[in-house]
Amino acid sequence: MKTFLIFLALLYPTISSAQIAVKGETVYPLAGPPIRNGVVLIRGTVIERVGPESEVAIPPGYRVMTARIVTPGLVDAHTTVGLSGIYNVPHDQMQLEKSDPIQPHLRAIDAYNPREELVAWVRTLGVTTINTGHGPGALMSGTTMIAKTAGETVTEALIKPEAMVAFTLGSSVSRNFKSPGTRAKGMAMLRQEFLKAQEYMKKMEAKDPDKRPARDLALDMVAGLLRGQITALITAQTATEIISALRLQKEFGLRMVLDGAAEAYLVLDEIKAAGVPVILHPTMVRTGDETKNASFTTAAKLRDAGIRFAIQSGHEGYVPKVRVVLFEAAVAAANGLSFEDALKSITIDAARILGVEARVGSLVSGKDADVVLFDGDPFEYTTHTCAVIINGTVVSETCR
Amino acid sequence: MRNVLFFLLATSLVTAAAAQDTPTVFRGATIYPIESPPIENGALLMEKGLIKAVGKTGSFVIPANAVVHDLTGKVLMPGLVDTHSHIGRGDGGDASSALNPDVRILDAIDVRADNFKKALAGGITTVNVMPGSGHLMSGQTAYLKLRPASTINDMLFCNDPINGICGGMKMANGTNSIREKPFPGTRAKSAAMVRELFVKAQEYREKMKAAKGNPEKMPKRDLGMEALVQVLEGKRVVHHHTHRHDDILTVLRLAKEFGFRVVLHHVSEAWKVADEIAKAGASCSIIVLDSPGGKLEAVDIRYETGAVLEKAGVPVAYHTDDGITDSRLFIRSAAFGVRAGMSRAKALEALTIAGARMLDLDHRIGSLKPGKDADVIVLSGDPFSTYTVVEQTWVEGRKVFDRSNPDDLKYAVGGYDVYRTATTSDACEGGAE
Repeated sequence: MKTFLIFLALLYPTISSAQIAVKGETVYPLAGPPIRNGVVLIRGTVIERVGPESEVAIPPGYRVMTARIVTPGLVDAHTTVGLSGIYNVPHDQMQLEKSDPIQPHLRAIDAYNPREELVAWVRTLGVTTINTGHGPGALMSGTTMIAKTAGETVTEALIKPEAMVAFTLGSSVSRNFKSPGTRAKGMAMLRQEFLKAQEYMKKMEAKDPDKRPARDLALDMVAGLLRGQITALITAQTATEIISALRLQKEFGLRMVLDGAAEAYLVLDEIKAAGVPVILHPTMVRTGDETKNASFTTAAKLRDAGIRFAIQSGHEGYVPKVRVVLFEAAVAAANGLSFEDALKSITIDAARILGVEARVGSLVSGKDADVVLFDGDPFEYTTHTCAVIINGTVVSETCR
Repeated sequence: MRNVLFFLLATSLVTAAAAQDTPTVFRGATIYPIESPPIENGALLMEKGLIKAVGKTGSFVIPANAVVHDLTGKVLMPGLVDTHSHIGRGDGGDASSALNPDVRILDAIDVRADNFKKALAGGITTVNVMPGSGHLMSGQTAYLKLRPASTINDMLFCNDPINGICGGMKMANGTNSIREKPFPGTRAKSAAMVRELFVKAQEYREKMKAAKGNPEKMPKRDLGMEALVQVLEGKRVVHHHTHRHDDILTVLRLAKEFGFRVVLHHVSEAWKVADEIAKAGASCSIIVLDSPGGKLEAVDIRYETGAVLEKAGVPVAYHTDDGITDSRLFIRSAAFGVRAGMSRAKALEALTIAGARMLDLDHRIGSLKPGKDADVIVLSGDPFSTYTVVEQTWVEGRKVFDRSNPDDLKYAVGGYDVYRTATTSDACEGGAE
């Protein structure tokens, strides 16, 4: 027994500081052109080197894994997975608190379940980074966080604990709350909240601590938005809602990402002029209500307009309980978006919009070793995700 | 005025008839006839709404007056059969009863609903439109051919919408149909209520038999009983929503007790009881969901279901359950079957002939054979590739969808004001999935 323990102890460091060489018939670093017969060397938790087999020698002792196609770990720019669970019963649906339409201080980290089965589901299909948290359906529903899909506690999983505050404009809010009952009222309530926070910030600057107002978690968060310390993730699907979102952004100088944007193709110039990136609805979003006019070709139109965008899995209230960004980008790739642009929309472009491109989204030495191995074109329905590596650890190895 | 209308009607009929009467030939395509091996550089001849010949290009004589379409590099296959859908804005039984054998969805379908166009854009030419799953028995389904239609009669397969058998019987078990009274509160109660109804139907049938055709001795007419006698006699197929392995076995138990023919629909956990399904001789119509869960009964749904059932020898079809999955992406469901180990041949059958058999329509649709309806689709490439699109859909020799026409393309990709009548709530109200 004792010898066995020693053996384990000896073995353990070699597991934790992985040395892996991933060989791909084609490697897509997405930080340069695709590499035929490429190699990705992984040492510890980071990428050591990326290049063609002819230039990158595989050092002895490295575990060699092979694949037809190798890509960076996939980045889902917006989901609710981990707050929203597989059973779809009240106790596993934590993405929307309906007690008040404005609650920006609800933190994703206080609700994320890293062991949720659906987190594992998307992980085995290649999703390694998620921007997850409070969902659409309230004027301000709470924050989102950026995490890896590995890790047994939220702390282990985290990249960024407070990434964005989730906003929703439009009639879906009125389905969840008595007030706002209209879109105009929703906008008025949001503007009033920002004014209140401006007032709060001013009072907080009072020299005499006794004259400062009592701390208010919600207003602290809105103040963070006003100072540009945290991004406003504004879900707006119709053209009317999109323009309202841009108006709000302009009035309060928000750092903003436009989310959903089903009718973005009607107001491309306005989105472009505002300089806001778009986290587009899942391509296969169920059409109806605000997404009635969604189109398979919107991603291609955003690309043509030169607007930075990512494709999200979004939130589903029924089935499929979680969407898979790989599949959503595939349908965009079949509808006018180029293969590489589609791949970027769920890797490096998503990482840039989330502000985590220094760590994830492309295969570059020094970045986190998040790598996905496919047995064919990742977007083909019949291709399998055969292995997933997160932070240098192989987290799944079954083709599926 | 009346004369003008008559003239307009007459000319439009003539034009339509002419289009179908002129022989049409597709040649150069890879043809998947489904019931025979694929044909490279194949040709297909259709006339008067029917398929006349299928074979290698050059294997039959092309009539001199034929319109010839060169489809080199394309794929030609039968129009797709969707065995379970909620397009057409129909409805079924109401909340007054859990059991509605008398209710017909054909009385409620809007033939102008724009989601019929969605189905055509996805290559679907025949569809089993079903009432929802919120009832143990929500009503009679309708088998529809997606012809251009002014009334529901134009779409039906049956000749007599009043007394004919124009569809199957929709049933459901598990959680969807467990509700407040008069609905059942448990699974055992659900089964008991169904058994009581079928026992009544058996008695009704005995009375009919005993009458020996004497109208005086016939039981009082009862619309529900009449439809259930058709079910007992195997003339009307039961289409049964069921997810969990134990619910599936309950359906098989009831089917055995009363001798009805059943297609098991959705079957999230069929992979757990594939041998039992095979032994019972039941067929399965599968839904593919990108992820498990969303409802308790679907937490164990797997992409592998099709492959497991194929191996067990169970006839398999796929369905859209539109609006649960999108009719435009119907082929994708079968492609996911292939992804998880199903053979390509069976996956193609699962979109066509297997579904046709489940609707008792395989003598007319589901494969490319002389004498069958000229329902064909033209694909840009391999049916199971993500990048392949449906280029054309033909129903009974008439082109009803053409992607190269912007007015049709919009239905394939969506956009502003394209789909005006479909809403998300349709799917929910219908109790779909």
